Amino acid sequence: MSADIVVSNFVSADMLRFLPEIILTAMGTALMVLEPILNKRTSSLFGHLSIAALLAGIAGAVVAYQHGGLAFGGMLRVDGFATFFRVLVMVVGILTILPSYSFLKRQDAETGEFHALLLFSITGQCLMAAANDLIIIFIGLEISSIASYILAGYLRDDKRSNEAALKYFLLGSFATAFFLYGVALVYGETGSINLSVVHDLVAADPGIYGALMGVAAALMFVGLGFKVSAAPFQMWAPDVYQGAPTPVSAFLSAGPKAAAFAVFLRIFLTGFAPIGRAWEPLVWLSALASMTIGNFAALRQTNMKRMLAYSSIAHAGYVLVALTSRSEVGAAAAMFYLGAYGFMNIGAFAVVSHLSGRGETRTSIDDLAGLGQTQPMTAAMLSIFLMSLIGVPLTGGFFGKFYIFKAALDSHLVWLTVLGLLNSAVAAYYYLRVLVVMYMRDPVESAGPVEPLTPGFRLALIVPAIGTLFLGIFPSWVLNFAGKSAALLK
Amino acid sequence: MTVNLLTVVLFLPLAGFLAALCLPRASSEASRRWALGISLVTFVASLGLLGWFDRSTGGEQFALDIPWVASPNIHFAISVNGVSLWLILLSTLLTPICVLISWRSIRNRAKEYYAFLLLLEFGLIGVFLAQDLFLFFVFWEVSLVPMYFLIGIWGHDRRIYATLKFFLYTMTGSMLMLTAIIYLYNLAHTFNYWAILRMMSSGEIQLNSQEQMLLFLAFFIAFAIKVPLFPLHTWLPDAHVEAPTAGSIMLASVMLKMGTYGILHFCLPLFPNAAHRCSGWIAVLAIIGIIYGALVAMVQPNMKKLVAYSSVSHLGFVVLGIFSFTQQGLDGAVYQMLNHGISTGALFLFVGLLYERRHSLEIADYGGVATVAPWLSTAFLVTTLASIGLPTLNNFVGEFLVLQGSAIANFKWTVWASLGVIFSACYMLWLYQRVFYGPTGEAVRSHVSDLRAREWVAVLPLLAMMVWMGVYSQTFLPSVGKVTAQVLVQSEVNVPYRVETRPHAEVARVR
Repeated sequence: MSADIVVSNFVSADMLRFLPEIILTAMGTALMVLEPILNKRTSSLFGHLSIAALLAGIAGAVVAYQHGGLAFGGMLRVDGFATFFRVLVMVVGILTILPSYSFLKRQDAETGEFHALLLFSITGQCLMAAANDLIIIFIGLEISSIASYILAGYLRDDKRSNEAALKYFLLGSFATAFFLYGVALVYGETGSINLSVVHDLVAADPGIYGALMGVAAALMFVGLGFKVSAAPFQMWAPDVYQGAPTPVSAFLSAGPKAAAFAVFLRIFLTGFAPIGRAWEPLVWLSALASMTIGNFAALRQTNMKRMLAYSSIAHAGYVLVALTSRSEVGAAAAMFYLGAYGFMNIGAFAVVSHLSGRGETRTSIDDLAGLGQTQPMTAAMLSIFLMSLIGVPLTGGFFGKFYIFKAALDSHLVWLTVLGLLNSAVAAYYYLRVLVVMYMRDPVESAGPVEPLTPGFRLALIVPAIGTLFLGIFPSWVLNFAGKSAALLK
Repeated sequence: MTVNLLTVVLFLPLAGFLAALCLPRASSEASRRWALGISLVTFVASLGLLGWFDRSTGGEQFALDIPWVASPNIHFAISVNGVSLWLILLSTLLTPICVLISWRSIRNRAKEYYAFLLLLEFGLIGVFLAQDLFLFFVFWEVSLVPMYFLIGIWGHDRRIYATLKFFLYTMTGSMLMLTAIIYLYNLAHTFNYWAILRMMSSGEIQLNSQEQMLLFLAFFIAFAIKVPLFPLHTWLPDAHVEAPTAGSIMLASVMLKMGTYGILHFCLPLFPNAAHRCSGWIAVLAIIGIIYGALVAMVQPNMKKLVAYSSVSHLGFVVLGIFSFTQQGLDGAVYQMLNHGISTGALFLFVGLLYERRHSLEIADYGGVATVAPWLSTAFLVTTLASIGLPTLNNFVGEFLVLQGSAIANFKWTVWASLGVIFSACYMLWLYQRVFYGPTGEAVRSHVSDLRAREWVAVLPLLAMMVWMGVYSQTFLPSVGKVTAQVLVQSEVNVPYRVETRPHAEVARVR
């Protein structure tokens, strides 16, 4: 890829390539303004408007893709890769809003802010997906993070939610600082923050840039590793996921993570690709540690949200395996996996949101006892998500895992593959335990009846379930797109 | 034919499963009837398969190959050969029997139960048909899920422990197999079994001996867990004892054969050198399994556990036969797979019937059943005799062939393995004596009744098969023999190195 930065003469084309972000920001701001005007009775309007904005944003992303290319002097790069992640985070957004209708109503916390913040956060993630410039990445990261810090503490009266927000904020800012330090080093060394330029400079003479770029890569790895909750930067995840309102936990585990991985892939497979040998062992170790720590810690959890948090650490490990393979196949596998993971994990969290009850008192695994009898539909959907998380064939999770480990074997990472796959056999245990509780135990009378499924929840379960099965039975379509986009990465 | 009959046989149970999910929850009668109907239709369709199968060749027939995923290149490739044909018939025969046998005993959540039974049938048939390694893996895992629920929901007291153990054991093995499958794909760029085999014999893919050994072990461990081969058998007694009757039957009769079929169909032809190198060790493990299984069965106070351990012993014969690398041994192994499916399936069925009546699996709770249920006792006796290998009944043929084959390979193996035959007579006849003879207790007298019409319908086909397979093995063995002969040739081709020792032309003749 040549380093020529196309300075577009057509501002309108720049705007088209920036369309999703424009739509989401406009709607986010509008919601803030509308908040005092609309009274509480019409509060579901906020959700409707956000979903409409996200759908428009997806359409905008498709339009942007059709007019793909560099924008704003090479700061954005709208290609298949960017579009894939833009659409992914916006779909994640929709799947977050669907269950939050009833959830917020139940907690008496329906406000426009929630949706506005969500839209802002997604805007940041879209920006990250399309960024081709380290500063833009940083800005996207901050937009996304600051909104999600507030979202994590959205239930003001809840101590745990406050704790989650504070923890997430303090550790998150610290991690972002590391990332920024890495950016500074890259700039100091190469004199550029444009990824394409950095790549060309480093590729031309890895010897000169090697050492300092290695340090920069390590620093950025710390920052991004935090965002994707990879070991050893995973400490925050269980507390934050447990404390945050459940739809927000679902969002955190899928949206920001996918965007952070997009950045991960973009930076490490372009700018840092020439010094791949240097960072590969680092990522290798982190991948293995994430899988092992996540899976083994999840074995002992009794709280559903905490268990899913540890499982999301493990899943970050799987995606890091794809990054370790340092290949286009690996990037495509990571993309596919994040897509499948978005569906299955959000679906699982949606079930928890549905069942958690007022004040989120019912989030332990034992609370699911007898769900197979009391709510067969919910139980069946959760089974699909869990099967996918285990990696049973005909679900998206299986194909995702399969592609990742195929990519790893392609790059001769035999031991990482064997250890990773054995890890997923360990993981089967804690997912199966949930199935056991749901189907093989009788409902606990004292727990009181489970609320019936509201239309919002119903959609929030069915859509991800269809997505999970679709990716598991007809993976070609998404995979081909991912493969094509990953090839464009360089 | 425009419609491939094989796809009909494969997808009928799946369609049945999906439709069964839509049946009303309240009416378990509807679910039962639906499952029975679908499984019978599937059985009839599979008989059609038998009718149109060209037994003069025994090779892969009814082949179908549809691209499924473009990249990686995954195909929906299925076909049936002289061995898998019988295993499919075994599955389709046993599924309606399982439905019949669960008719009264399953009252709780019947809809899901019968749905899972149909899904299980789909998975099992798929495993025996798949000619694409990836597809094989898919079916391998898919069959695991319904069994997990069957044991976990409708099982006995320790069902949860048993079902988790079952799932995790198999899953661990599967993961190793998946690694090996991906590794092979990265070499061959196809999952098609026959294409990989061709590339291996023509030298397009060359594995060094260490690679071959590791790949062989990855496949073999997955299969050995399923068989189960000593010392990987510990999940089996738990799963069998805790499973509902139909679960035990399907598990013992068909699911265990997934392992032995896998060894025969994949391990031997793909990794012949490694298989030859390990054969001694594996044979020893098989013999330990034969003797150990029999000895442990002898001291079991629980009928189901006894039959479960007898399975370990019987499956030991199958593995021994396969790793004797002789025509007789392989034929006997396949035949023994079918025999065990029929006779152990029947044993589990009878144990289930007794449990349904007396609500106990403890041998000590029985005695004198023969006086109150003479027909049940007679049928059980026939099955017992079949199981211990009485001539004119099915197991005799299989055991004889296996022992003959192993004698050709290594006479010492035969000596030790024959001990298992003797022990099997001991534990089975002792079981029969304690349960059916002796004074009739009050509980037995008041609870145990003779076979009902519906139960007769389930039992008779199995008894008929025992006699048929014992008296006229020529119905089955020729088509089996053609396949096993081919396997043998393939597994001899590259000793010590397939590529260098055999020119291309000769291999082509083999195929």
